[in-house]
Amino acid sequence: MFGKLTWIAIPFDQPIPLAASLLVVVAIATIAGLVTWRGWWPYLWREWITSVDHKRIGVMYVVLALVMLLRGFIDAIMMRTQLAFAAAGAQGYLTPDHYDQIFSAHGTIMIFFVAMTFMVGLMNFAVPLQLGVRDVAFPVLNSVSFWLTAAGVLLVNLSLVVGEFAKTGWLAYPPLSELAYSPGVGVDYYLWALQISGVGTLLSGINLTTTILKLRAKGMGYMRMPIFCWTALASNLLIIAAFPILTATFAMLLVDRYLGFHFFTNELGGNAMMYINLIWAWGHPEVYILILPAFGVFSEVIATFSEKPLFGYRSMVIATMAICMLSFMVWLHHFFTMGAGADVNAFFGIMTMIIAVPTGVKIFNWLFTLYGGNIRFEAPLYWALGFIVTFVIGGMTGVLLAIPPVDFVTHNSLFLVAHFHNVIIGGVLFGAFAGYTFWFPKAFGFSLHEGLGKAIFWCWLIGFYLAFMPLYVLGLMGATRRMQHYAEAGWQPLMIAALVGAVVIAVGVLLTIVQLVVSVRGRDQRRDVSGDPWNGRTLEWSTPSPPPPWNFTIAPTVDGLDANWAAKQQALSQDRDKAELEPILMPKNSPIGVIVAFFAVATGFALVWHIWWMAIVGLIGILTACLARAWQVSTDEEIPPETIEAFHQSGYQQ
Amino acid sequence: MDPPAVPLSQRGPASTDVVVRFGFWLFLLSDIVVFSALFAAYAVLSHQTAGGPTGPQLFERGRTLLETGCLLTSSFTCGVMSLAVQRRSALQVYGWAAATFALGCVFVGLEVSEFAGLIAAGAGPTRSAFLSAFFTLVGTHGLHVSLGLCWLLVMMAQVATIGFRPMVMRRLLCFSLFWHALDIVWIGVFTIVYLGAR
Amino acid sequence: MEQDDSASANDRAPGEHRDGQHSIRSYLLGFGLAGVLTLASFWAAQTGFVYAPAVPILLAALAVGQMGVHLVFFLHISSGPEDTNNILALAFGVFVVGLIVFGSMLIMANLNANMMPAGQLMQM
Repeated sequence: MFGKLTWIAIPFDQPIPLAASLLVVVAIATIAGLVTWRGWWPYLWREWITSVDHKRIGVMYVVLALVMLLRGFIDAIMMRTQLAFAAAGAQGYLTPDHYDQIFSAHGTIMIFFVAMTFMVGLMNFAVPLQLGVRDVAFPVLNSVSFWLTAAGVLLVNLSLVVGEFAKTGWLAYPPLSELAYSPGVGVDYYLWALQISGVGTLLSGINLTTTILKLRAKGMGYMRMPIFCWTALASNLLIIAAFPILTATFAMLLVDRYLGFHFFTNELGGNAMMYINLIWAWGHPEVYILILPAFGVFSEVIATFSEKPLFGYRSMVIATMAICMLSFMVWLHHFFTMGAGADVNAFFGIMTMIIAVPTGVKIFNWLFTLYGGNIRFEAPLYWALGFIVTFVIGGMTGVLLAIPPVDFVTHNSLFLVAHFHNVIIGGVLFGAFAGYTFWFPKAFGFSLHEGLGKAIFWCWLIGFYLAFMPLYVLGLMGATRRMQHYAEAGWQPLMIAALVGAVVIAVGVLLTIVQLVVSVRGRDQRRDVSGDPWNGRTLEWSTPSPPPPWNFTIAPTVDGLDANWAAKQQALSQDRDKAELEPILMPKNSPIGVIVAFFAVATGFALVWHIWWMAIVGLIGILTACLARAWQVSTDEEIPPETIEAFHQSGYQQ
Repeated sequence: MDPPAVPLSQRGPASTDVVVRFGFWLFLLSDIVVFSALFAAYAVLSHQTAGGPTGPQLFERGRTLLETGCLLTSSFTCGVMSLAVQRRSALQVYGWAAATFALGCVFVGLEVSEFAGLIAAGAGPTRSAFLSAFFTLVGTHGLHVSLGLCWLLVMMAQVATIGFRPMVMRRLLCFSLFWHALDIVWIGVFTIVYLGAR
Repeated sequence: MEQDDSASANDRAPGEHRDGQHSIRSYLLGFGLAGVLTLASFWAAQTGFVYAPAVPILLAALAVGQMGVHLVFFLHISSGPEDTNNILALAFGVFVVGLIVFGSMLIMANLNANMMPAGQLMQM
């Protein structure tokens, strides 16, 4: 009846996972209880859960990312604590079995459900506003994408309470991840969670690419698009081209595990290296999927806070698209040491170094934008400046690792761990926080607390250097990644320093929550009545904060780059009073996203535990929901001019 | 508006028809990338027979030619169907859709019988890496065709119940794109898997 | 969202027919060409007429040709300016597909040449 699922799956005998599970269950129950008690469900259902508004969906992505950041960060602190104590024969407090699950979960969650989710959220929120349009190309599909991502998140977190997570690292290399060596449900949780959320990501990529290429304000030719839209375009093109590889690769591993195929097994001709080859053909573009939107955020932030047009817009566009192409030609550098010959290694090493060229172009463009600018040191710019310094260091260690002989020395060491945290934290995460601080007033109509914002930045910056610079040194001293304890007592002081760094970052994470609470409570002092709190350059700042559901009451017309800036300079305003207001057609809310995600979770869970009847029920549920949607004839509703007028009269004057 | 005066890229948001079909075009490209990963796996593993049967021992070219004929003809009938859709001629649409559906069913039937024969002969997907890759690649294409057939049935039901609305017509045209794309994938399959086997 | 149709009358999406009279002819022509190319492929695969090592190249050329026929006559992809987006998206797709297939084959051949596959290693 319940497949492999029995009471043994609940970790009653392991105190740490049990406590974690209890914490999760209690937290969810508390929030659900509070929402029920306050009677917020109808509001949440109407305004958020079934919303197809790209801004709402973007906000939900970011909330999801922040919650998962907490989860992933707890994993990080646990690992750093373990390594600070497990020296010279000591075993620390985590068993190897548990430690393996923690580093696998940390990597999976941080990449797929924090970095990815955060960036998709920012793109969802900002891109249609910057393009001057009323929504994305497929608003309902957008909701489905979000909820499928949430379904993946739920499955990963279910593994904490019911069963176990993968112990195979964040990419689940076979043959270790094959049934013979990982007979438990951990790898299945990993695979199904990522398959489900991967479908969501792919659909979101198609949606945003179509939006950027086919829906732009009148007059907005390609070379008049804000640079963030260009980086979003590159990132989403990479999603369209790379995520199918991940889906196919995971599908092959799944048929190996479920149906006894021999793609990556040790028996009957299977070849595990094929998995490693394919997964990195996805994996390398993936890191550019993450970093390119961050580059876009920094470009917007630096131009805005320097009050100058972005230096070298055209070169920035060319560099972005060059990175988009080149990112597909370097994947072997992730397995230099796994058997390729000198010629192949040399080719991929050189290609990797070539990527540093367009990236360098970008760095100089940012510096020249700042040069001679009227610089305002506000929190988003702090993140951008911290990024430039930190990312250059990470980029340089990357070029170092791109040299195959060096890689033979440093591969699988903490040097590598330090390198990719250097670019992911210093690049993607700083970009995410810059974007979060930058667009927060646009999303909610009040800005975040400035002082706390700067404090968060300093915690992350100092904490990052304290936590990861020691890892570079440890890596060169021979410390490997994914080790649960070590014999060398000499490494301990550096490991303790890294723990201190992680604690400093933890303060930053806690301050993020404090900042949110303080900002919400004091929102009346920080209201953004102008719609343009930062003296912005692009179209999103030409509409009220928060924007109406239809974004722009009068569809904007653009005749150059930095449309909002130009309008301000020429004292142009698209005057609402003079124009005749026309009704606006907007898509209706739809529960299909959350319904599909519900059945997807049921299907995923059923497949993990081999509960076949439930998997069939789940699939039928998804099919029925889609068919019901296909027969829904009236999917749009008209917003009458009176509603539009009422919105503008309600105090949010433009 | 005088077309040469304003470049195409500056004319504002495209029509829903264009947006939907372009989005679907991107989806098809992503689907082709899925197949490319499976083709890559097949190309790499096609000689890993683990002492089991090899491609030339298993494949019958006559059946493949028949399958190809069915799929190609169904692609043609599907194209003619999409012309009928534009004329909103329900009867013709049903007729050409029925032809497409029948040909697709024959294709799937031929493939199922081939798979059943292989498994019965002890050459199932668990026999060797080569057969795993073969069954996955060809099976994924067959699965796509089968899903396409279901989609076609749903679309016929939509034409019958809610008629040629713009929404339904867009979906029908997306279906024909999907069907033609599957035929393109099949060209790769019969060339690399069946004819390229040696 | 329904958008105004008039603003971008010349933008085209794949699969769109330009006008009805030519389309049926285009499908017939495509069907005929594809049929001939298919038969040529099956013939090339079993004939002794062609120099044997050249057969895979001939098959590849016929397959690429037939895919082109499908794109032009069935999917109505053209080289006009209104098709730029569709062509660019297709080119990107072809680029990625080529990289994955040929990159994987090259890399895996290199790995297999340098390293004994795990299966054989286990049997030692």
